[in-house]
Amino acid sequence: MAVVEVRELSKRFDGVAAVDGIDLASTDGEFLVLLGPSGCGKTTLLRMIGGLEPPTDGDILIGGRVVTNLPPRARQIAMVFQSYALYPHMTVYNNIAFPLKAAKLPKAEQTRRVAWAAGILGIEGFLDRKPRQLSGGQRQRVALARALVREPTVFLLDEPLSNLDAQRRASARDELQGFQRRVGTTTIYVTHDQVEAMGMGDRIAVMEQGRIRQVGTPHEIYDEPADTFVATFLGSPPMNLIPDAASGELLGFRPEHFIPWEAGMGNDWVRFPYHVHRTEYLGAERLLYGEVGEAKAVARFPANSDINTEIGSTTDYAVRRNDLKRFHPETGLRLDRPTNGRQP
Amino acid sequence: MSVSARADAAALPETRQGRYWLDRESVLGPVLLLPAVIYIVALVGIPLVLAVMYSLSDVTVGDQSIDFVGLQNFRDALDSSTFRTALKNTFVFTIVSQMIVLVLANILALVLSADFKGKRLVRFLVLLPWTTPIALGVLGWLWTLDNVYSPIDYLLRQVGLLGVGSPLGSDWFGTNALWLAYPDRAQFSVLFVHVWRTLPLATVILLAGLTAIPQDVKDAANVDGAGFFRQVFAIRIPLLLPIMAVAVLYGIVFTFTDMTVVYILTRGGPVDSTQVLASWAYFKGIEGGSLGQGAAIALFLFPVLVGVAAMMLRIAKRAETV
Repeated sequence: MAVVEVRELSKRFDGVAAVDGIDLASTDGEFLVLLGPSGCGKTTLLRMIGGLEPPTDGDILIGGRVVTNLPPRARQIAMVFQSYALYPHMTVYNNIAFPLKAAKLPKAEQTRRVAWAAGILGIEGFLDRKPRQLSGGQRQRVALARALVREPTVFLLDEPLSNLDAQRRASARDELQGFQRRVGTTTIYVTHDQVEAMGMGDRIAVMEQGRIRQVGTPHEIYDEPADTFVATFLGSPPMNLIPDAASGELLGFRPEHFIPWEAGMGNDWVRFPYHVHRTEYLGAERLLYGEVGEAKAVARFPANSDINTEIGSTTDYAVRRNDLKRFHPETGLRLDRPTNGRQP
Repeated sequence: MSVSARADAAALPETRQGRYWLDRESVLGPVLLLPAVIYIVALVGIPLVLAVMYSLSDVTVGDQSIDFVGLQNFRDALDSSTFRTALKNTFVFTIVSQMIVLVLANILALVLSADFKGKRLVRFLVLLPWTTPIALGVLGWLWTLDNVYSPIDYLLRQVGLLGVGSPLGSDWFGTNALWLAYPDRAQFSVLFVHVWRTLPLATVILLAGLTAIPQDVKDAANVDGAGFFRQVFAIRIPLLLPIMAVAVLYGIVFTFTDMTVVYILTRGGPVDSTQVLASWAYFKGIEGGSLGQGAAIALFLFPVLVGVAAMMLRIAKRAETV
């Protein structure tokens, strides 16, 4: 168990910055998610922490020790890859034992540890099989067992759930988080899936174009986004952004906070004329698509709510003042928040 | 008018059927297969049958009537010491050269898979011997190994390994090594040229195999703490084994059946010490004129080639199922 910290970390490929001066520190035993769209540098950041990619600038510390120039095997880390990267020619047992063999542990100790790791992940039953004889979920558990078996100080996970089908993914999220809580090892988890990030992370670092936009708990990220990127990257549909003619600022609010004026009322509500032109029924919820002035806005209700706004009509809608976030129209930065996004 | 219109209408379905007859798989399939079938029957099937018939008969270039003599040709071949040398040489050249090729190709492929400046040029140069026509390449070696003008001898003389007082022993006291004149040196030369010739293809095949190993797997081995040698021997080489088998099988076929190297370099000499089955069959059957004898000798290649072909098919099938 250890704290992972990066200082001023950069990686340039042919002059293009994939990771651009990032400062980030985990806490001990934390489940830290790196979230961002593809190409935002999250995987490069993870690979640098793992020692698979040499940084152009900056330092990496694991457990307070600078490891920037150490090879992966000197870093006491374990990594799970998107493809699981199991060794196809080895049995499950030998896959899990591989890190122990590399560490030249005695045979008896190897057997004991493999049994322990396989037990935790419930894969004792197919230690003799080859990876190709396993299902996606089983392969993932083998990859986790291989990562676990060496009792590393840090787990690095690179989109480990993206090769599972949707149903299996939900239960895998549950298993993975439970597993991390049990072993208590600091975990850095890369994903582009906000549901995974929100559901599993103790904290989320939202990345874009090689930089960190915001670090915070799922609550902070969702409810108090530091800028318009974070506001619109999380949430589906994303936060509505309406230019405010009076202040010149951008007003942001979540679709679920946008309800008919009559339903809300009270003087801490802000009123918007809302022109609705389309509605979507999605089973559990209903979405209204329309405009406030020139800007597009979406409203979301539970499907069983009796709110009924006619298509083509313009009605008064409202947002509670607390749920309105204010952003700078050019920089996109949050204006009504003392700390402007970046947190230590 | 109306009559002709009716005739048109009646003709329509017929033309349609006629025009699309090639769309029927029962017609198109055989039509497309036919060239391959003709090719195999004419250029593989008939010669093979002829070879078997010749080998059981006393046919010669002068007397082409086929009179069956049973297994006499095979008995004669086995009785001849030259044949036994050729049989042994064929196996020794093939096995030894492919063992050397396997080791060298692995090293070479590993080196070439690394990223360095001028990689493309080096890869091109490595592949060059393969693209040269065998006969031309071997002619080049014939001159390089010349009894008088060999540049290798010149170099050896310059560094003092050839000539009176050579540290290699009295065998190397002459002004020339006579690479093709002593049986052991001639055998070594033939072996060397075979390695030179089959190494490039094996290297390229292994290189393709190496690049096919997913980066993730290499990264995983790296993170799991494997050092260089563990990565090579526990990950890369085992993952390369199937493709190595392909490379070796190709090498076996090329070396086992080759007569060009021996024919040009030594003509089987000195005193038949470098004779192989293919060259001996040629000398006996074509130059010596006894087609039956030649066919019998050449047929000794057959079982090995059948075995190699079967293994290749097995590998191909396994590759399909994975």
